[in-house]
Amino acid sequence: MFPNFPQPGVPAAPPDLPLPGQLRDLRERVAIIERTHSRTATTSLLPFGHADIDGVLPGGGLPLGALHEAASAGPDTEHAAAATLFIAGILARLEGPVLWVLEQPDLFAPGLAGAGLHPDRVLYAEASKAVLSTMEEGLHHAGLTAVVAELTGRLSLVASRRLQLAAEQNGVLAVLIRRSRSFDDPVLQQPSAAVTRWRIAGVPSPPPLPEFPDTPGLGPARWRLDLTRCRGGEAASWIVEACDATGRLGVVSDAAHRSDQTPARVST
Amino acid sequence: MPPIVTAARDGNTRLLAAVDATAASLGLRPGMPLTQANVRVAGLEIHAADPDGDAKALRQLAAWCLRYAPLAAPDPPDGLWIDVTGATHLWEGEANLLNDLVSRFSGRGLAVRAAIADTPGLAHAMARYAADPVHIIPPGAPPPDLPLAALRLPEETIEGLRLVGFERTAPLEAAARAPLVRRYGTLLMTRLDQLAGRVFEPIQPITPEDAIQARLSFVEPLLTATAFSAVISRLTVLVCGDLEQAGCGARSLDLAFERVDGSVQVLRIGTAQPNRDPAHLGRMLNERLEQVDPGLGVEAMRLLVVRADQVSLTQTQAALTDAPSPSDVTQLVDRLANRLGESRLYRIEPVENYVPERSVRKVVPLPGWRLNNLQLGPSWPEDFPRPVRLLKPPQPIEAMALPPDDPPLAFTWRGIRHRVRHADGPERIAGEWWKRESEMYAVRDYYRVEDEDGRRFWLFRRGDGSDPATGDMGWFLHGFF
Repeated sequence: MFPNFPQPGVPAAPPDLPLPGQLRDLRERVAIIERTHSRTATTSLLPFGHADIDGVLPGGGLPLGALHEAASAGPDTEHAAAATLFIAGILARLEGPVLWVLEQPDLFAPGLAGAGLHPDRVLYAEASKAVLSTMEEGLHHAGLTAVVAELTGRLSLVASRRLQLAAEQNGVLAVLIRRSRSFDDPVLQQPSAAVTRWRIAGVPSPPPLPEFPDTPGLGPARWRLDLTRCRGGEAASWIVEACDATGRLGVVSDAAHRSDQTPARVST
Repeated sequence: MPPIVTAARDGNTRLLAAVDATAASLGLRPGMPLTQANVRVAGLEIHAADPDGDAKALRQLAAWCLRYAPLAAPDPPDGLWIDVTGATHLWEGEANLLNDLVSRFSGRGLAVRAAIADTPGLAHAMARYAADPVHIIPPGAPPPDLPLAALRLPEETIEGLRLVGFERTAPLEAAARAPLVRRYGTLLMTRLDQLAGRVFEPIQPITPEDAIQARLSFVEPLLTATAFSAVISRLTVLVCGDLEQAGCGARSLDLAFERVDGSVQVLRIGTAQPNRDPAHLGRMLNERLEQVDPGLGVEAMRLLVVRADQVSLTQTQAALTDAPSPSDVTQLVDRLANRLGESRLYRIEPVENYVPERSVRKVVPLPGWRLNNLQLGPSWPEDFPRPVRLLKPPQPIEAMALPPDDPPLAFTWRGIRHRVRHADGPERIAGEWWKRESEMYAVRDYYRVEDEDGRRFWLFRRGDGSDPATGDMGWFLHGFF
């Protein structure tokens, strides 16, 4: 069902590959060439505070002045609840106002607040068909910290490049939550100019008290977090605990060193 | 109460100009000689007619009607026209607009009849001759058969038509036109065509007298968007200069395009906070230019400040960098509201209410947006997890659960069966019995459940699981985590 992604913990580099320092220099130079439209030489980064994830992302965190895509996997593709919580968690760890562009008003603000995104920080815009132009308008405004937009269906390469440029110019974080009526819609995997692309799927969580599996109750939710595309980095996949009330992802203790394993083996 | 009439002098006789309801029920009619009225009704209260005052009052009412739509005009002696084209959605429909209009006028003690139709002529006729006091003719519907008096014709023409057997408009429509025009002049057919919409009838919109406005007229009619943009930039500078002198900022602006054919097209923009920045206002107007149909050309443009508020001057910090001030989102709010519509741009505030649907409230983005993280306002209680997507309305599901309190073991939604692996609940939410009689005993029991794929749902049962008075025990899916 899912492609086999390269494993994040690549074994030690063979001697003929460039040294890590040289590689970093090269990456910086490439980044400067790529960022022709940026006002600032370097973009700021938001680390996840999760060593495995930050280790895979170039620079050690999520670049802020850039376009990112997030989608839920499987039956949640339509409502994108897990993807929305994941994004809310990222925004919770930033400061300042956020514009949230909606296609249909099914977002429930108390749920976002539960992930740490305070209601006073969010401005909602119901744009129905004009999602992308509204998002671009928001990205041109440097007063915003982030612009989140929900998009059902196709995203053309040109449209995504426009958004990426606008985000880069003003240093505003741009996030597209991709939704679709069909599960794991291949349209969501078509190439775009987004810097990273995330896919979030719920995986079975362990019982709240692992020693007493019959105790009723609900522990923290668990996600399989797939980084399916990352500019200047490699695809990767982790099992994490869903973000808490401050937007932080939790480390899964029983899967700490087996992050690329299948969910079924992790949760037993 | 004595019957009240007004009287006006016509040559050497005094004629009744208007009569009140009591006087009308006693058989008095406008146009009747005053002496005759005095003979028929004793104790008549007579006031001098004041046509100029009436006309002035009508103009004031028309100016007040600008709250409904940018174009309003007096239709003397006793009517008002409002061009509601493109303005009805703000009132959620034509019927709501009319009801609001009628109830506000009635509240001021004015007896009104109102109608909405495709043409000014038809609206004029329907407001006066429809059976019900509030009447709406759906778009594109043909005009109904009306009495001749509805046509706004001189008394002699109507009398002459009646002599040859015409009482209503439908037979007139069917009759041959040429002989009628030769006998009664072109006005008759013009009125008929205006009624049916075959001839355009411009209304002469009024502007409030003390409003800040600027008007530019052109030697040659303008047609292109580039030309309009150039005019807009000049008009905004003029208007913003006046606003600055008045110490005001615009909250609502109308840009009127006076076309060569006599019709007027209006763009209305609004701002979230009083604004007198020519560049900002000009940009908002330019964004809406594509909605203007210049027709054969525009000979004059007028920018009118419909609503202005005082500007509180604040000291701005001198910027050390060229970066824009980060907290100033006013311009963005204006531009998005201008583009999407004000009702579709909002913030959400918590409401102290346990019923999930009622725990949120949409509020206007500005003013009152606390942007500083140190001053964030109240949020929802953290002890009760809430889903991030809420289904409106909740969707019925089939669920298997042990009554009264156990979470479901499995449920079926959209034909797919989900086996519940973990669950938490119930969280009991009672109806607001102190507000709503129907929710006296109503109860919802909410459960958070996780299915075997790890997806989390928010389910509820209508009822407490044992007492049928609390609900019918049906299960619903309400949201996703």
